[in-house]
Amino acid sequence: MVGQLPYDGVVICAPVTVPYVRFSVETAHWWAGGAMQALARETGLGPADFDGFCFASFSAMPDSVVGMVQHLGLSPRWMDHIPTGGASGVMALRRAARAVQCGDAEIVACVAADTNQIDSFRQTLAGFSRFSQDATYPYGFGGPNATFAMITDNFFRKYNVSRQDFAKLCVAQRDNALSNPIALLKKPLTHDDYLNARPIADPVHLFDCVMPCAGAEAFIVTTPEKAAELGLSTARLSATIERHNAYIDDPVQTRGGWARDIDALWSAAGCGPQDVDMLQAYDDYPVIVAMQLADLGFCDKTELPGFIADNDFTITGSLPLNTNGGQLSAGQAGAAGGFQNVTEGLRQILHCPLGDQVPDAKKALISGFGLVNYDRGVCTGAAVIEPEDLR
Amino acid sequence: MSNSLLSDLAGALVSGRVQMVDLTNTLSPDFPVIVLPPEFGQCAPFRMEKVSRYDENGPAWYWNNISMNEHTGTHFDAPAHWVTGKDVPSNTVDAIPAREFMAPAVVIDISAESAVDPDFVVTREFLTKWEVEFGRIPPRHWIALRTDWYKRVGTADYVNMQEDGAHSPGPDASAVEFMVHERDCIGLAVETVGTDAGQAMHFNPPLPAHSILHGNGRFGLQCLTNLDKLPTFGAMIIACPLKIEGGSGSPLRVVAMIEGKNV
Amino acid sequence: MTDPLSPPVKKDPLKNTRMGHVSPGLRSRAARAMAVRAGQGRFVLQVCDYCCTATYPPRDRCPKCWGTLDWQDQPTGATVMTETTIRVTTDLFFKEHAPWRVGSVQLEAGPTAIVHLHSDVRPGDRVRMELKLDRGGNPALFAMPEKETPNMVDDAQYRTFTADPKHRRVLVTDGRGPVGQAMAKALLKAGARAVFLGNGDTTMRFDGEAEMVAHENVEIVPLNVTDTNSVTKLAHQLGGRIDIVVNTAAVTRQSGVAFGSKLTDLQAGFESEVTGLMRLAQGFGPAMSARSDDGTNSAAAFVDVASVYGLTGRAGFAGQAATAAARLALISGLRGEMAQTGIRVISVLTGPVDDVWHQHVPPPKTAPAQIAKSVIDALTRGLEINCAGDAAKDLFARWQADPFLTIREENQ
Repeated sequence: MVGQLPYDGVVICAPVTVPYVRFSVETAHWWAGGAMQALARETGLGPADFDGFCFASFSAMPDSVVGMVQHLGLSPRWMDHIPTGGASGVMALRRAARAVQCGDAEIVACVAADTNQIDSFRQTLAGFSRFSQDATYPYGFGGPNATFAMITDNFFRKYNVSRQDFAKLCVAQRDNALSNPIALLKKPLTHDDYLNARPIADPVHLFDCVMPCAGAEAFIVTTPEKAAELGLSTARLSATIERHNAYIDDPVQTRGGWARDIDALWSAAGCGPQDVDMLQAYDDYPVIVAMQLADLGFCDKTELPGFIADNDFTITGSLPLNTNGGQLSAGQAGAAGGFQNVTEGLRQILHCPLGDQVPDAKKALISGFGLVNYDRGVCTGAAVIEPEDLR
Repeated sequence: MSNSLLSDLAGALVSGRVQMVDLTNTLSPDFPVIVLPPEFGQCAPFRMEKVSRYDENGPAWYWNNISMNEHTGTHFDAPAHWVTGKDVPSNTVDAIPAREFMAPAVVIDISAESAVDPDFVVTREFLTKWEVEFGRIPPRHWIALRTDWYKRVGTADYVNMQEDGAHSPGPDASAVEFMVHERDCIGLAVETVGTDAGQAMHFNPPLPAHSILHGNGRFGLQCLTNLDKLPTFGAMIIACPLKIEGGSGSPLRVVAMIEGKNV
Repeated sequence: MTDPLSPPVKKDPLKNTRMGHVSPGLRSRAARAMAVRAGQGRFVLQVCDYCCTATYPPRDRCPKCWGTLDWQDQPTGATVMTETTIRVTTDLFFKEHAPWRVGSVQLEAGPTAIVHLHSDVRPGDRVRMELKLDRGGNPALFAMPEKETPNMVDDAQYRTFTADPKHRRVLVTDGRGPVGQAMAKALLKAGARAVFLGNGDTTMRFDGEAEMVAHENVEIVPLNVTDTNSVTKLAHQLGGRIDIVVNTAAVTRQSGVAFGSKLTDLQAGFESEVTGLMRLAQGFGPAMSARSDDGTNSAAAFVDVASVYGLTGRAGFAGQAATAAARLALISGLRGEMAQTGIRVISVLTGPVDDVWHQHVPPPKTAPAQIAKSVIDALTRGLEINCAGDAAKDLFARWQADPFLTIREENQ
């Protein structure tokens, strides 16, 4: 396989978050516009200034990026639509970076926005994908809770992991959320609270599940020169991977596509998992966090209980995990949930976090996981980012 | 007011000296029809389907589509109904002259005999004896057999179908020959489901009432009620079948005029 | 083991009836094709015509070689890999029936699948898969214990995929003939709580009447399907208590089309079998729909017993074949309507019935008891179509293989 070219001449900047709300009467278009407005305030740019636009959403129907471009008055020379939910942040980053690197666009707004109207969660589920409409949701209509419950059930038995182990991850993320002023879930969570929560789809319990909400996330991918001109702090993209529908013969999902490409990631990044200052992982269900810890190279799956016990996942801990609280505590605003890892990782290394700062943050590992098309998540991606110019 | 027959009648109707007796059973889906062996074509019962009743199919009006056989409910048999009457002139309901639709009736009460024997057969001998007691049957009359059978309507005893067929009273061939040829009746009027007795297919000839009446251009009235309300002599029956083109018979409303003092 | 289903207690008149929701109904065309086979009681998966790989969920191309796919019967063995008990759901049907157990299985046929789990099966167990139809007429994989367990069919989840007559009250529309009477006996044997047996003419005795009257749980009711008033009256009286309707109305007469036919026979046949079917559907359908999720004896199914020759026409019985064809068309329409409300609509197709109207027809003929057995089979398995007797099975198989050839064969 041909090696990946480095992302020279590309920077990431201007992470923005439009504060989430549990339910919104507004549309995805309104939230996307909010993200553009936030970018404008950070950069001073207007509609005519963005020549690239990359969009992710579940709730913009019937519009795709095309409708959104016209809705928001943009006139890009490059655009893309990323329908991959939790993997959309890393994927938007990769695509925008290559567009900028190749000169197809100079300044790309990457935007994820979703609304959450009353009953829109049920409707989104009902028509989510063909396989889920045919072969998952008619089976109890548990949504992703039920799918991940089955994955968790198997994971527990196969790797001797338990809810005790997951408790530590979820409690740490809640601790992290407490300093984030815009996290939706700000009530401290104890180990016992976690264990005593009501069952949702055994063995998934209440605090294993994210709270669907409305919100938007965005960042800009551009050239170092343009960022300098705009006076923006920047990060560089050290390495990325992406894989879809890996390990199709695994009868139950126990690993994601990261496992297949992880060596390529660390080799391109020139470092290893022990070198990162934080992990911004996709965290819709702790079993996926545990899966990422193993597949991204932190430990073997059979060592997970020990690894979790030996590490502190709070902002000042040995491996800060989802430092804004993650989707579990900050909320999951649809596809914007798949951008959180990018915006939060970016903020930490640019030293402008929403809440507490990870001390001496120099290297962030971002990991995405998306789209339970049927019985497992299909899309995975990861990226290592490092600060370039702090302004 | 001129002093004429009709004005006298009008006066009598208004004053109640002449009264009307309804001889008609209600036409309803569960009113029995004649039962033939299943391999023959069957007599359709009365059926009614609502077209609209002040609803989306007709906001201000109520009406039904109805269907039935020509011989369903209280009905009139024209001569063409039977093979023996197939060549009789004016043998279908549309061709029968209107004067035939109103005629006097003589009521022969066989209710007591029928109560004892549902297969009671009226013979020529029975009729001649009856005449001795009640008087001669005048010509051009409906001969009405009062059996009180109408009181059985709604029960299994009306058609009275047993494993060997239906059981209900009726005339034999000698009686019908007598009615037609010696008393020149206009027709035979009965309360049972047919002018013939229930077992008349076993008579010789079979079904003599149908065969002889219609073969001689006479009519049948069946499924009547209230013959017990009529005097032996003196009632006037009005029975106007629908004017069905080439029709063999027709459901109809049958009424009788009787003089009030007899009520 | 499953707790045996208790006879339903009398309903608290102060409580609302639970509305009959159906589980989510959106499906791909391929999934609908799977439903068609499920309705016939087959266990099928798509198999690639080129590489012979079996695949699931329903696809439009083989994921191994992109060959085209064909539905084929498959071995029913499987092993449970995972389970979950869904306690929270946004779907109205499953919310009413929570908690609901599902799991993933490794099918012997090759693919894995998410399936409904019988209460007696656990991860690691070998199971026997059934392909069912859910209340909305959509295909559903159900993992049953490999070997029969006590009261297995009483499993609460399983019962939503069947119309088992156990504890239910059934209207058999024509009780005057041998088919209706055999039906009544079979239903009682299958655990029906009551059979209401229609009598089209209460003033006429009929063979077998005494035996039917003698059955404690049989009630003879006046019902003439050719009379709207009669159907309406009975529906008003019993509509809220009928859980299953079995329409056994049949008018069989020998007839051609241009030759040897009687229009009045055809009309009587249509009046009884076709218009009569619509009267029954209009009379009993709405009340049944309102009670499709009303506990142990919820309203469950509308069964129509019609001649299999409705599929093809038939020389010598053209009129009867025509009424049967019309019935099949009406039943299809009714099925679509009832799928919205959770009532199963079932066609049981018969060959020539062993009765007086088929005296000249050589065997095999279909005995009334075979028809009854086929109806019970369809109800207990939740089928959509079932063939009673060898003649119907043979014709149905030929018709599936080559409909127009079979039409030609049956009309020469």
